[in-house]
Amino acid sequence: MKYRIMSDKKDFYILGIESSCDETAAAVVKNGREVLSNIISSQIDIHTLYGGVVPEIASRKHIEKINQVVDEALKEAGMKPEELDAVGVTYGPGLVGPLLIGVSFAKAFSYTSKVPLVGVNHIEGHISANFIENPDLEPPFLCLIVSGGHTHLVRVKDYGKYEIIGMTQDDAAGEAFDKVARAIGLGYPGGPKIDKVSKEGNPDAIHFPRAHVGDSEYDFSFSGLKSAVLNYLNSMEMKHEDIVQADVAASFQKAVVDVLVQNAMKAVDRYGDKTFAIAGGVASNSALREAMRKACEERNVRFCHPSPVLCTDNAAMIGAAAYYDFMAGSRAGLDLNAVPNLRLGER
Amino acid sequence: MKILAVDSSGLVASVAILEDDVLLSEYTVDYKKTHSQTLMPMIDEIVRMTELDMGSLDAIAVAGGPGSFTGLRIGSSTVKGIADVLHIPVISVPTVDALAYNLVGAAGLVVPIMDARRSQVYTGIYEFNEKNELETIEPQCALAITDLLDKLNNIGRNVTFLGDGVPVFREKIAENLKVPFNFAPAHMSRQRAGAVGALAEIYYKSGKYTDASEHKPDYLRKSQAEREREEKMAGEKNA
Repeated sequence: MKYRIMSDKKDFYILGIESSCDETAAAVVKNGREVLSNIISSQIDIHTLYGGVVPEIASRKHIEKINQVVDEALKEAGMKPEELDAVGVTYGPGLVGPLLIGVSFAKAFSYTSKVPLVGVNHIEGHISANFIENPDLEPPFLCLIVSGGHTHLVRVKDYGKYEIIGMTQDDAAGEAFDKVARAIGLGYPGGPKIDKVSKEGNPDAIHFPRAHVGDSEYDFSFSGLKSAVLNYLNSMEMKHEDIVQADVAASFQKAVVDVLVQNAMKAVDRYGDKTFAIAGGVASNSALREAMRKACEERNVRFCHPSPVLCTDNAAMIGAAAYYDFMAGSRAGLDLNAVPNLRLGER
Repeated sequence: MKILAVDSSGLVASVAILEDDVLLSEYTVDYKKTHSQTLMPMIDEIVRMTELDMGSLDAIAVAGGPGSFTGLRIGSSTVKGIADVLHIPVISVPTVDALAYNLVGAAGLVVPIMDARRSQVYTGIYEFNEKNELETIEPQCALAITDLLDKLNNIGRNVTFLGDGVPVFREKIAENLKVPFNFAPAHMSRQRAGAVGALAEIYYKSGKYTDASEHKPDYLRKSQAEREREEKMAGEKNA
């Protein structure tokens, strides 16, 4: 396949495609920073019926939506397929069935339009959402990625160069939100619901444990906290006492936020980075944002966070990450496969 | 007209390019490698071998189901990606119809069987008329193998079986089928994109095609989560 000579070209346009979980998304991003379109088709309504994402149903929905979402992203950006400089697609981590829709579509689209293909790591996409939100942000910086599937504390050493310094040893932070929300009758999705109801509750009403992982000071563990909440609910039921939903939610949320802030700031202090960023779905949580902002202010560290539409799974962040991989020479072959357990920084 | 045809509904990956009544190229692999890794490289191979300008394609055909859910989606996502760029229609050919078309001209009944797990097969009952047109006696469906054999015993005609269900159910067939039967030879017994493409041309001429965005696989089965939820709700209703 022949690629255009790009020596005297100034601007690069990348189509990002994302289908790793329950959002079908496509976006056109200019030079890794400027979003020309950002289309997201969410399946949340259907998965709410099942209390969580059902992979087979998600896969079926992705394939029904992928063309509309891509067409809309191109139309809104005013671009034709052959005018693109690259197509970037999430190939992991995520659910294999859903990932395969984006990967198979993107390979065929890139092949037919003779536009190069770049495989993108979903978590690196989340981190890159900060490049869109903060056009002047440059590595190195520290980043905490918190979502339904991931909890990673990462040093972004350079574009495309990552060092994982902490991660969850069991549940992801967002997963704990979902499970606790279900247990206290708030339902799915847990994150936004707990955030909302917590505003009415007392975060110091119940003291839930702050789990620290012995052998790795930056790692996280949330399954113990989840069990503590469930035990508390059980004990109240045994005593025939009513629970105050908002207090449980607020106290649980505070326990999560405390640990996230504590570990993140320990890393900030240790590595001396002057910029700290958060990313991922849980980065929309208002209590987490506020606590991180305060902690960063105290240390005179710049705090970056994407706006909510860039925190949730989206393709603009994939287009941004793809840009830096593309400039570094990364190209995916026609045999690109979905890699459900793809590690950060793996190439 | 020029058609690119794709079948990744089962273990076999198969791609073909047809121009009117000529099969320009067909590439079929029955090997345990994921379709995600094989399908696009196979398309690229036949495109380069035949020096095909992708822009000259008039339509793209795919075995639209039933089959492996993941396999169907890899095939469908691929054709949807190609059709999106070229703005050409997608022709969704029922997988079992295309399998039956492998045996065009056969006497008696043609019965493809695909292993659908849980002692079921994706199947259909077909015959060819004097013009060699495919006639459907029983349209493609998911059926218990025993129910299929009962039906065939009732019809009482000679049967030729094909498909990846043959090695799985060969003994069951021999034990329970009372009519004369045989099995298709190796070169006709699995999915072939050539047959998908040849049928697709007939479908296209009768207006059976869709826009890329409208195409989705026909799984013939709901997801496990949907089935369980419906059973639960039906149970609650009856309780």
